[in-house]
Amino acid sequence: MTDGLGNGGEPLISLRDVTKEYRRNAIVVPVLAGITLDVKRGEFLALMGPSGSGKSTLLNLIGGIDRPTKGEVRVAGETLNALNASKLAAWRARHVGFIFQLYNLIPVLTAFRNVELPLLLTRLSASERKKRVDLALSLVGLEGRDHHYPRQLSGGEEQRVAIARAVVADPTLLVADEPTGDLDSKNAEEILVLLRRLNQELGKTILMVTHDPHAAETADKTLHLDKGVLRP
Amino acid sequence: MKFLGYVLSHLWHSKRRTFLTVSSIAVALFLFCTLRTVMTSLDASLRASDETRLVVRHAASLVFPLPLAYKARLAQVPGVVNVSFGNWFGGYYQDPKNQFTQFAVEVPSVFDLYPEILLGPAEKEAFIRERTSCIAGEALVKKYGWKVGDVIPITGTIYPGSWPLTLRGIYRAATPDASEDAIFFHWDFLNESMPEGRKNLVGIYWLKVASPSDAPTVSAAVDQVYENSPVPTKTETEKAFQAGFIQMMGNVSTLLSILGSAIIFAILLVTVNTMMMAARERTTEIAVLKTLGFRDGLVLQLVAAEAMLLSLAGGIIGCGLAYLAFHRVNFTAGGMIPNFRVLPETLVLGILLAVAMGLLSGLVPAFSAARLPISSSLRKVA
Repeated sequence: MTDGLGNGGEPLISLRDVTKEYRRNAIVVPVLAGITLDVKRGEFLALMGPSGSGKSTLLNLIGGIDRPTKGEVRVAGETLNALNASKLAAWRARHVGFIFQLYNLIPVLTAFRNVELPLLLTRLSASERKKRVDLALSLVGLEGRDHHYPRQLSGGEEQRVAIARAVVADPTLLVADEPTGDLDSKNAEEILVLLRRLNQELGKTILMVTHDPHAAETADKTLHLDKGVLRP
Repeated sequence: MKFLGYVLSHLWHSKRRTFLTVSSIAVALFLFCTLRTVMTSLDASLRASDETRLVVRHAASLVFPLPLAYKARLAQVPGVVNVSFGNWFGGYYQDPKNQFTQFAVEVPSVFDLYPEILLGPAEKEAFIRERTSCIAGEALVKKYGWKVGDVIPITGTIYPGSWPLTLRGIYRAATPDASEDAIFFHWDFLNESMPEGRKNLVGIYWLKVASPSDAPTVSAAVDQVYENSPVPTKTETEKAFQAGFIQMMGNVSTLLSILGSAIIFAILLVTVNTMMMAARERTTEIAVLKTLGFRDGLVLQLVAAEAMLLSLAGGIIGCGLAYLAFHRVNFTAGGMIPNFRVLPETLVLGILLAVAMGLLSGLVPAFSAARLPISSSLRKVA
């Protein structure tokens, strides 16, 4: 039996012979070549590789913000290739929490409003949204900072707000694109500890792209991408 | 409604841009309301014209008067029900800037010709009885703070000297298009004060006919009577007479329409540019929203809502200011446009125009934002 979310035999993430090419005028630039990958629910996977190896592209395909040129991407029981833009957006809102290297918080919104954004797409009432946001902010250790704007926070705090935003809607999967890439070692360590907690205590499946071998050690498993080909 | 906070946050955090954009739209809509009010006010005199009223004047020009003796003969023309007459006085109150309509009219026949002048019976009686008295419109009385019994000194320009008129009544207009910005006083008072050579001369006669269909035949009949006299007449309906006045100002409507359209178009371009710049600055933010699961349609609505709110705020401020400004100061363009009031339909049209500007200015940036590809937009930053 399987529920399509990786609770059973079926992996949460399943890529079959996935190829991605970009076209620039007449030139075809291959990025990913025949990737096949399975990730179980609750796994914490690090993805390493040199610049231009296709790490972020692979992450984007799994996160449903890009489409493969060939092959099948199946995540949380849904074949993403088959979804139109609108359904794919709804799927992302339900299943994926994104964490970016540069945090990508909305500068004109407070920490509270930033974290609340994914919940605006749900049917939750304002009071229910507030409860969820408060919980997410306390989870990342930022209770009491909810009325601060991103410019009033340190880099580490901004990334923690971004993590709170990624988990607030209780997604199935977290994808993190170099989450510690713009932080000093102390803040980077705190973020890694936080991600580990989310994985171990809340059972979140995490896919993290990183250049940093130390960051990769936090994960259960590390995969290497080289010139668009996956190596163990 | 739950996205309103998001939209307002952007407007609030770009205070200078918001202020400047709203101000430019407000100025455009203020000008639109003003220009349209000039047109509707000029048209008001046409709308207020009665189809059963004819105006008889000198065939050569309004400048030349007609003899008082014409009255009895005009009354005998078949189809004429009533006759009255009056002279344009052309004076001012205290200061040459305080110009408004003053007419020396034959009392009481003028009330038969102009039933839209609403006056209480006691005030009417007092006015009819006293030769040096006058009645004034409610708007004019409010503007200058007069009250019944006041002596209003009017300085004449066509009829030189100071003319102290005692206010005996305050009239209201029966229809919104009729003016309440005029003073009427006794023609007899004016006539008896004139030197011998200027006595018994009438500016215009007003004739009442039984039905609008009588107007052409009566007009022709009147002009035929005086065709070969030293003082020939030109008779036309009141509407044609008023239209002639407006035509004397040139093709005002076309000029004002061109001006208004040019202003609105220029401001529209400015607003589109502002909104496009605002959306372009937020390329990453829009990509992040889409990453979080915001659909293209929702992103389109959010960007369009921002443009719409800006435009609507500008529209409400511009139209509101026009209404308040002209309503409170009782602007009459130096007596040229006595019924200068911003009509409710002008305000509605102004707000609709603001909505249209909001839609148009938001359309391009909203569609651009909706079509923004996520992965490449995020890559630009990372």
